Amino acid sequence: MEKPTIENVLADLQQHFGSNILSLEQAYDFSVVHTTKENIVPILRYLHDHETFRFQYLTTACGLHFPDSTKPFGMMYQVHSLTTNLRLRFKAFTTANDLSFDTLTTVFPAANWMEREAFDFFGFQFKGHPNLKRILNVEDMDYHPLRKEYPIEDATRYDKDDTLFGRRPAGYDPKRLQS
Amino acid sequence: MSEIITPPKFEVAPTPPGFEGPGFFATTLDKAVGLARKNSLWPLPFATSCCGIEFMATMASHYDFARFGSERLSFSPRQADLLMVMGTIAKKMAPVLRQVYEQMAEPRWVLSVGACASSGGIFDTYSVLQGIDHIIPVDVYVPGCPPRPEQIIDGVLNIQKLVGEESLRRRNSPEYKQLLASYGIE
Repeated sequence: MEKPTIENVLADLQQHFGSNILSLEQAYDFSVVHTTKENIVPILRYLHDHETFRFQYLTTACGLHFPDSTKPFGMMYQVHSLTTNLRLRFKAFTTANDLSFDTLTTVFPAANWMEREAFDFFGFQFKGHPNLKRILNVEDMDYHPLRKEYPIEDATRYDKDDTLFGRRPAGYDPKRLQS
Repeated sequence: MSEIITPPKFEVAPTPPGFEGPGFFATTLDKAVGLARKNSLWPLPFATSCCGIEFMATMASHYDFARFGSERLSFSPRQADLLMVMGTIAKKMAPVLRQVYEQMAEPRWVLSVGACASSGGIFDTYSVLQGIDHIIPVDVYVPGCPPRPEQIIDGVLNIQKLVGEESLRRRNSPEYKQLLASYGIE
């Protein structure tokens, strides 16, 4: 059998998961599949166990935060098939009130540390994760620093001048930059 | 007959002030101990990034750090006199650095090399310690990003000056105990 192309994979996904595939996007030369957070694990398990596609390598997974969106928080997953040399990216978004995702560790053991990182930086809860605790930041950190509502700069600095160092002023609102 | 050439005189370890006579020299204990200490510092290089690379150049033959009496680097804090912190210290690294400092025996000195160790440098961010003086007392700061070997040597010479002039009673003084207490160090 000929090697499948990315179009074959996307067509197969749409046939199998129908309306659960919300939209397809071409980000430069990379195919992105938007779906709901409930469908991430079934879709990735299907691709992982598929006879010919065999997307068995979870390249990366990370959290997303777009504060202006109605569903501001999300997860991004990227999988790679070593036999067909195809790559796919998945995105699933959720509202600020519901920051829980299903854990992907049941399909990819590699998701363990990636989900810990997403928990560390965005505060997402992964249902069924075996060891959900901070991985990169200090244990006693009391917030999730990559969320846009927190300044990226260190809060203990008092000697840096805004005009010289481009620091965000007190009460910085990221939405203000949009207008 | 060839002329006798006298080499120029270098004073590597200048004699401290004292009384000199035929066959004897007398000075205070402070000065004699200071002279010995400052010319035989054992540094502990705590190198975490590019300043550490500059330190490697400082130790190598061209800049030859060894000629200041610091021939022997100590990779155990228990045998080191001088803690040289070179590079970015992440907040997660802070307890490690602090433990290294606590394991050093008195008298101990700290040299903070480069912008990151001294102030966080360009890493004004949630994960980086904004200067090691938040967790341990520092004797000399070396500016630069990274500093050249000449600057590191200048920093060490300033440490040597402090070491040579330090009173033997300083480490027992209430001021020093208060300084350590302000960092929460026993």
